[in-house]
Amino acid sequence: MIPFDYQRADRADGAVAAVGVRPAAAFLGGGTNLVDHLKLGVAEPELLVDVTRLPFDGIDTLPDGGVRVGATVRNSDLAAEAIVRQRYPVLSQALLSGASGQLRNLATTGGNLLQRTRCPYFQDVTTPCNKREPGQGCSARGGYTRYHAILGASEHCVATHPSDMAVALTALDATVHVTGPNGQRDIPVTELHRLPGDEPHRDTVLEHGDLITAVDLPELPMAARSRYRKVRDRASYAFALVSVAAALDVEDGTVREARIALGGVAHKPWRANTAEQALRGAPATEQSFREAAEAELAEAQPVRDNAFKVPMARNTLVATLRDLAGEEAR
Amino acid sequence: MDTRIELRVDGEQRSLTVDTRTTLLDALRERLGVTTPKKGCDHGQCGSCTVLLDGRRATTCLALAVAHAGSEITTAAGLADGEELHPVARAFLEHDGLQCGYCTPGQICSAVGMLDEAEAGWPSSVTEHGEGGAALDESELDDEEIRERMSGNLCRCGAYANIVTAIREAANGSGR
Repeated sequence: MIPFDYQRADRADGAVAAVGVRPAAAFLGGGTNLVDHLKLGVAEPELLVDVTRLPFDGIDTLPDGGVRVGATVRNSDLAAEAIVRQRYPVLSQALLSGASGQLRNLATTGGNLLQRTRCPYFQDVTTPCNKREPGQGCSARGGYTRYHAILGASEHCVATHPSDMAVALTALDATVHVTGPNGQRDIPVTELHRLPGDEPHRDTVLEHGDLITAVDLPELPMAARSRYRKVRDRASYAFALVSVAAALDVEDGTVREARIALGGVAHKPWRANTAEQALRGAPATEQSFREAAEAELAEAQPVRDNAFKVPMARNTLVATLRDLAGEEAR
Repeated sequence: MDTRIELRVDGEQRSLTVDTRTTLLDALRERLGVTTPKKGCDHGQCGSCTVLLDGRRATTCLALAVAHAGSEITTAAGLADGEELHPVARAFLEHDGLQCGYCTPGQICSAVGMLDEAEAGWPSSVTEHGEGGAALDESELDDEEIRERMSGNLCRCGAYANIVTAIREAANGSGR
């Protein structure tokens, strides 16, 4: 680990200025991903600006009916919040399916979004990786790829974004508030993370010095019936092989609206626009769910070890929608 | 970069100088001689370094000491009331919730933090989702809930069956 300076920020503008002027500076949240990457030699910042004491620890109802989640709210507190459990159960369930109790007590909302898109080769500095060092080549291409992407990958990178929370936020159409060297802006969470393309080192559209201050959940009555379903190699405390965040609005046996995002399948949380489109106006039957899932996965391109993810994603999506439709019928 | 920090560890105010790269775990073990939390994986995957950090369970291997200057830390040793063991620690002894004991201080701190979380009504990923987002009914802290909530603590001896029993009994013994 290379030596670094440490500052504790008490104002957002000060934090942004401190990081903005130093190319090798980074924000520090709960540290559960960044400190690991410091140890592994994957991250080598010269300055860490600790943003966990910034006044962004509230969960507040907005005048328009939405909910604002401060960037420093811990994952455990967000999952347990009554308004989240009642109005956005998919978010609470996604958070609770991620990491462990000890880590959720440390991890922040902003930090969870900005954990690195990664794969085992990215974390092993002895192997070439385009995400760590653009141009080195991708060790996963032709290597071990059980956990890798089946959608939206490029020849340069097949890593997946590991967050569960971000998958739920993607289904919910959350908005990310950012303050940076060039002022403030709002980014739909669906546009925060990137596909690798030919810039695999960039996980998000954020520029150096951009700081997430809050995430807004829109007023979305249909989200009161929403679910997160995660499939993994062991029952708990593992990353998703495949996960599904979904909300379903069914009336008289017909789907009025569906919100679906997939995790574990791409470099970013994957909003299932094709499946949603296919479901709108369709009968709420297993056949419709299956056709929608197959339409979404039609472009899937598995690599050596992860062809199983295509039927797994399909079946998990069908099961989740079936559960939600059954709930609706009760 | 060296920084002077203060920590309150098991009720005692401690002052030390740490390099910014020092984790809370290394500060406790290597600098302060507090060897109760153990270093297992050192990557947040095994839970053996778990303490109560300002009252909440946390892994100390992924926490930088400078980032937690001024915090209050309770290790498994600090849970005891003089010679009187904490009820969770006693339950681990009574039910053989260990073999080699290396993961035990982390298991005990995690269990104590977990029982507080359950008492506050925090759900887990196996809590039934009722209409309106169920809170956990305290009486429902069954073995499945305990296993899920303790999944961040690994035991390579495989003493899990007795760990679950110990925690269940400790939870019941405290009037739950």
